Amino acid sequence: MRNNHKTHKEPLVYITKRGELPKLKAMMIKAIVILVGILFCALVTILLTSENPLKVFKAMFTGSFGSPRKVWNLFQASAILLGISLAVTPAFKMRFWNTGAEGQVLIGMLATITCMFYIGDALPSWLLIIVSLFASIIAGAVWAGIPGYFKAIWNTNETLFTLMMNYVAAQLVSLLIMYWVPSGSMVLGLVNSSTQNGWFPTIFGQKYLLNIIIVALLTAAVYVYLKKSKQGYEIAVVGESENTARYIGINVKKVIIRTVLISGALCGVMGWILAAGTDHSINSSAVGGNGFTAIMVSWMSKFNPITMIFSSILVCFLQKGAGEIASNLGLNSSVGEVLTGIMILFIVSSDFFVNYSIHFRKKERKEKQE
Amino acid sequence: MNNVAIELRGITKRFGSVVANKGVNLTVCNGEILSLLGENGSGKTTLMNVISGIYHPDEGQIIIGGEPVSINSPHDAFNYKIGMIHQHFKLVDLFTAAENIILGLNEKGKFDIKSVSKKVAEISSKYGFDIDPNKKIYEMSVSEKQTVEIIKVLYRGADILILDEPTAVLTPQETRKLFDILRRMRDDGKAIIIITHKLHEVLDLSDKVAVLRHGEYVGTVNTSEADENILTEMMVGKKVELNIERPEPVDPQDRLVVEHIDCMSREGVKLLDDVSFTVRSGEILGIAGIAGSGQRELLEAIAGLQKLDGGSIIYHNPKTGTSENLRDKTPLEIRELGVRLSFVPEDRLGMGLVGNMSVVDNMMLRSYRRGKSVFVERHGPEELAHKIIKDLEVATPDAETPVRRLSGGNVQKVLLGREISSSPTLLMAAYPVRGLDINSSYLIYDLLNDQKRKGVAVIFVGEDLDVLLDLCDRIMVIGSGRITGIVDGRNATKNEVGYLMTKTDREEEKSDAE
Amino acid sequence: MDVFVKIMAFIAATVVQGTPLLFGAVGEIITEKSGNLNLGIPGIMYIGGISGIIGGYLYEHFCAEPIPILCVIISLLASLVGSAFIAFIYSFLTITLKANQNVVGLALTTLGVGLGNFYGGSLLKFFGEDGSISLYITGNAYKTKIPFLSDHLGIFGETFFSFGFLVYLAIFIAILSQWIINRTRVGLNLRAIGENPATADAAGINVSLYKYVATCVGGAIAGLGGLYFVMDYTTGAWTNNGFGDRGWLAIAIVIFALWKPRSAILSSYIFGGLYIASVFISGLSGSTKELIKMLPYLVTIIVLVFTSSRKKREHQPPAALGQSYFREER
Repeated sequence: MRNNHKTHKEPLVYITKRGELPKLKAMMIKAIVILVGILFCALVTILLTSENPLKVFKAMFTGSFGSPRKVWNLFQASAILLGISLAVTPAFKMRFWNTGAEGQVLIGMLATITCMFYIGDALPSWLLIIVSLFASIIAGAVWAGIPGYFKAIWNTNETLFTLMMNYVAAQLVSLLIMYWVPSGSMVLGLVNSSTQNGWFPTIFGQKYLLNIIIVALLTAAVYVYLKKSKQGYEIAVVGESENTARYIGINVKKVIIRTVLISGALCGVMGWILAAGTDHSINSSAVGGNGFTAIMVSWMSKFNPITMIFSSILVCFLQKGAGEIASNLGLNSSVGEVLTGIMILFIVSSDFFVNYSIHFRKKERKEKQE
Repeated sequence: MNNVAIELRGITKRFGSVVANKGVNLTVCNGEILSLLGENGSGKTTLMNVISGIYHPDEGQIIIGGEPVSINSPHDAFNYKIGMIHQHFKLVDLFTAAENIILGLNEKGKFDIKSVSKKVAEISSKYGFDIDPNKKIYEMSVSEKQTVEIIKVLYRGADILILDEPTAVLTPQETRKLFDILRRMRDDGKAIIIITHKLHEVLDLSDKVAVLRHGEYVGTVNTSEADENILTEMMVGKKVELNIERPEPVDPQDRLVVEHIDCMSREGVKLLDDVSFTVRSGEILGIAGIAGSGQRELLEAIAGLQKLDGGSIIYHNPKTGTSENLRDKTPLEIRELGVRLSFVPEDRLGMGLVGNMSVVDNMMLRSYRRGKSVFVERHGPEELAHKIIKDLEVATPDAETPVRRLSGGNVQKVLLGREISSSPTLLMAAYPVRGLDINSSYLIYDLLNDQKRKGVAVIFVGEDLDVLLDLCDRIMVIGSGRITGIVDGRNATKNEVGYLMTKTDREEEKSDAE
Repeated sequence: MDVFVKIMAFIAATVVQGTPLLFGAVGEIITEKSGNLNLGIPGIMYIGGISGIIGGYLYEHFCAEPIPILCVIISLLASLVGSAFIAFIYSFLTITLKANQNVVGLALTTLGVGLGNFYGGSLLKFFGEDGSISLYITGNAYKTKIPFLSDHLGIFGETFFSFGFLVYLAIFIAILSQWIINRTRVGLNLRAIGENPATADAAGINVSLYKYVATCVGGAIAGLGGLYFVMDYTTGAWTNNGFGDRGWLAIAIVIFALWKPRSAILSSYIFGGLYIASVFISGLSGSTKELIKMLPYLVTIIVLVFTSSRKKREHQPPAALGQSYFREER
């Protein structure tokens, strides 16, 4: 064994972490990857449908912008997705992997629907809306706070915990629907459909305008909170380095619990918007996966609320456009999910090309100083 | 039996412009223990990493069994029967000792953990290890973990063993046990290289001593012909004049009185052992010592980041004339007491600053709580950032650049600048010139002297003895968590400090043995 | 006797419900042992189902007289390849490109469920047919009972030997994985990677290779859960979203079984039983039925909290779960 003179085989490709790239170059790389992603999506669509690409693109645009109603729907859907993405962001920025937005939003919806159901006739509509808001905020905060509390005291895995909480919430909704709808049909129908008590008012004749306004305000609020407030600053420090946080005297546990409560409360607010402003009803899958999509939107926007506006519109555009293609060609509407999935994978992987550089054919053995 | 196991000829290893090893020659025979002695940063660990295949030397030859060889990977090192026991153990906590020992081995035949345990038991009885192969690592003490690491390399058939500061984490009793085992392995014909700073261990254990200083090979002596004086002088070298300014302290008053503090690690090793000293206003107290002797714990204890098991830290407030015990207070409580304490930690980007944040945002770390508003006030920090960039000549594109992108010297300027901007009464700086070029280093010395003139009590933890001797008014030497001496910076000699650094209380060990 | 028959029927239904969960849970355990938290498993299970359907459909469609055994082999291979491919995408993105595991996993679930429903809803249209997919020949081939044992042992035979082969395969895979993980060198290396990849790397183990293989094999196994559902449970018929949230239930089982494939067997049947219990217990109100369905998740949460409070090291998730490994970042 001692005469082992075998030369070392050098790998063809090797990867090193690169230093900081200039902003422009980093954005260029991202833009290229997103472009490739869109082309790939187009390719997939064409392969799936064997249609003329131009026709496909046209269908995608008409799906989102074909009529005023479609535009409103696009913005309504984007607003909901954006709102939930904003809600998960404070916790994410702190490196708390909350996969439970789906459940936190749902439980917020449930709180509003419960208010509408039981005290719908006792209060004037405006007061009911406000009461529902508080109920939703509390419900969402509790739903996130439970995993947050156990994370802080016992370091319980928050990803798995919050994930499970989604399904507890879903079953809770089913349970209450069973209780409320004695026929066992599992369909609640519109709550207070005759009085519209607790429903958001239409503004300028637009049903969803209030939703969009609230989410716009929320975007500004979250942006200011994260970038300008002392608490937002603490979140950033804890997320970057717990050691530094301790060094400057931040109570890390307190910040974790507080931030998770805020995230949950915001999810509750989104549940309130969905229940009082959109659906006026509930079922166990009323959030429709937006809680999960929001996680991806928040991540691929690098936790920046302004970027999230564009990311959520992009995702909703893909979904609506794909829906249009599907209905035009009589195909299944799930094309939207397929394209969203592919697009997110591309955007997420673009980070790699920004953070690492790839070298082909290693010439010199590089060594790092310790 | 006395044939050469491994020989190094003219090994040179550079990292960029830094020369970590320069022309090192080393010979170890079978059945011999060689100590590798040197200060921090003298290149010992680099040299051992060259032997174990982690680094590739730029020049020189490694000769094993009479033939020049090329060691390109840890795997190659295995094949040449070289085994390295790192300072930081590479073990899977959840596994048993036996599972860790065979991890990654591709032995032929059936996988049978019982036969592994048997073989481990054989090795243990041969050399006198005391280990249960079925015990999980997380249930083990540090010394047991080290035993597993040693058995791991023996199990792989290593004939040349390298131990990187093995006694740093051990109690005196455990150290004695380890030395008995090493002697038994030597008698069995193994070649052993042990890296250490502790002179008495060197004299106690080894057959030969090789000394490195600032990456250069100083020489090898037979232990029988050496004593502590000779080794200290070889290790620290002659005093170099640096021409660092040293103003006379004006009206020194006791600012911080530390009395009898103790600190225990989770494994039960004493990190700080009955430490007492006083820091005075208008003077620089230097702390010298081998890395990891308790300097970090000491500073963190004063800053409120380290729980103590005993003692007190009394701060005399020059403004109010009151005295406060800082022990077991959080950093926030210490600030709220009106203690103007500034702390430049060793880990600049991991503790003192946030690498991904801009210079301005890093300024806010200390000041963001100010005011009743829920929003942060950025105007003050912005001004401070610009002032520091201008005054300390920080090379940065602008104040919004993340500090991670700055060079080491500029990072340190930002950190030190922020810490002294709050006009402290007590300033602690851990290794503030580590990794800095000459000019930046002198700038840092000037800044510390400015603070001293303003009447600040300064604690300076350093590693370069020449700097400590030129800059500090008093030098406190710490070894294995104990204060081994406090000397006057103006008339102490380098040998004196070097000797105190490598000395541990042998009296205590002897009494333990009895 | 009537009660007895009912109990036996319940046991049989429990096994049927538990089998997809068992495949999913064992696949995820193998994946997580390598430190990869693959939240794409629910999507992969859809892919496993639809790939099998596509394979089976193409064979049935283009072959005049399909041979049942070939139906099984072709759809089985298609399923394995399909789900392993999605797991490979996950591996490539998280291991080589070091993307965030949670985000990639969730995106793959979106993608997988989408692809499943898309093909399930559109496959026939591609071939100019109407209606919904139903592969009777393939489905019935999967349902073939064990001869002799199933009809000569009375009610026991009917209960325990009347399942299609995938039920027994699931148990076999679970036991085999348990053995490999705990009793072989490969398993030791795999566990080391999930616990401490840097140490495994230093010991000369090819960390990336292991992660790739574990994730792809885990994905393929999980995909069989989807295959069992569409071929055996629904006899070759696809309904959109028919598989429901069983994929997430499988991830719950991983926690409930404390990352042990052997414990996953019983856990899956318990969860499967709870899933179906409401059908068998008469006189339950609708809300009680929903409460029973909530139990698996609640119990999982309690297990998760309890084990984290006890801090017993053997019962924790793999220590490096969810983290990418890059050698130079020490």
